[in-house]
Amino acid sequence: MNTAPSDIDALLNGMSARLAALLAERGVSEPVMVGIHTGGVWVAQRLHELLELTSPLGELDISFYRDDFTRIGVNPQVRPSRIPLDIEGRHIILVDDVLYTGRTIRAALNELFDYGRPASVILVVLAERNGRELPIQADVAGRHIDLPPHRHIKLQGPSPLELKTGEAP
Amino acid sequence: MNKHNIQLDHKGRLRHFLTIEGLKRELLTDILDTAESFTSVTERTVKKVPLLRGKTIVNLFFEASTRTRTTFELAAKRLSADVLNINASISATTKGETLLDTLHNLEAMHCDMFVIRHPNSGAAHFIAQHAAPHVSIINAGDGSHAHPTQAMLDMFTIRRHKGAFHKLCVAIVGDVLHSRVARSQIHALSTLGVREIRVIAPRTLVPAAAETLGVHVYHDLREGLRDVDVVIMLRLQYERMRGASLPSEHEYYQLFGLTEDKLALARPDAIIMHPGPINRGVEIDSAVADGPRSVILQQVAHGTAVRMAIMSRAMQHEGAASAGEAPS
Repeated sequence: MNTAPSDIDALLNGMSARLAALLAERGVSEPVMVGIHTGGVWVAQRLHELLELTSPLGELDISFYRDDFTRIGVNPQVRPSRIPLDIEGRHIILVDDVLYTGRTIRAALNELFDYGRPASVILVVLAERNGRELPIQADVAGRHIDLPPHRHIKLQGPSPLELKTGEAP
Repeated sequence: MNKHNIQLDHKGRLRHFLTIEGLKRELLTDILDTAESFTSVTERTVKKVPLLRGKTIVNLFFEASTRTRTTFELAAKRLSADVLNINASISATTKGETLLDTLHNLEAMHCDMFVIRHPNSGAAHFIAQHAAPHVSIINAGDGSHAHPTQAMLDMFTIRRHKGAFHKLCVAIVGDVLHSRVARSQIHALSTLGVREIRVIAPRTLVPAAAETLGVHVYHDLREGLRDVDVVIMLRLQYERMRGASLPSEHEYYQLFGLTEDKLALARPDAIIMHPGPINRGVEIDSAVADGPRSVILQQVAHGTAVRMAIMSRAMQHEGAASAGEAPS
């Protein structure tokens, strides 16, 4: 079930082509790419390069927006979110590694909107799996993986990138 | 340590924040790291995160304070908590209600956290011992015992300017005897492993057991300031001083007031700190307080992020009720 580094490169190439097509179809110019810590930032860095985007890459750490904060607590190693430019009225490409329940994306959207009101948000993920708990879907997904609930999928990186499945913690 | 620390829950997570004493270096470092992340929040357009949404925090102040109460209020609001400010010195206690009655009444209103300032040493600890399981207590200053959140924001300021603690020599100057800030700073500095802590004060303003805290005591400001990296000035506390601890303000300024010429003995890149409010011309010259090496206003600015870090960490203990699923 693991995805080796060479296959990840193929996935990223495919994703970047589909994303470019989607941007063209929607008439989006000068999009702003934002990766979600930590895996999403790795994926975003690669896509940012492949698409030759000129605007700086943004990074979100959604720890302060999680809905399970009192249960699992704040990780002290929260990296500051960095949105290097005004996102008001801009088209955002939000990037994460794995889309599962959808709660991370909900938190990321909430945080994003605290920086301004984007014109649109496109969701790009390296892998989507079954188990959604919220009405959130990816616009571009590298691959789809079906896993039983006790299985867990994780991106290891930053170099090389590798998708690993294992028992959920 | 086999004695259970009332400040921690069974998993070793912060529950109350009463004193630095007995807390481990990792916990203090975690607080500083978390505060670092919160500074980015306070620089955004929307200076708020939803971490403590739905929680109620009570600022229960039995002693006047503007800056500390304001930064606690701001910190709570930036965490999206609801805040009640109670000036207890002019409230129920004047009608004869006891401290515990006040606590239990507020608990009955489903408040989740109490930030307490009280003129008696040990007041916050006493309340923590009697608080309901879901309630967290933060000490915002008790008598001349402790003021741990102030000490943490001072550590945060030092780390931002000076980096690693183990290389530093830090001097605390002035009325150490009456200072809860100094006591908490000494515990924090030694827990974080600074190279040397100095206390510089007249003999009458040094606690009898100062040296047992691992500090070097100086009674001469010039001698004590030699080669220090950080100078922390303390306020002369008129309101806590009874009797003749000092000859006169003027003489104190001559001997222990920080001026440019005395400061020249410290390292050239030394920073000057003060917990405020400052008495200009008593413990510090205006030229120093407003000078390029003074970080006094940055200390105030850091107060919000550091208190956000402490409040959010104290609200994730076992008793704090919650439900939710892990996001992915």
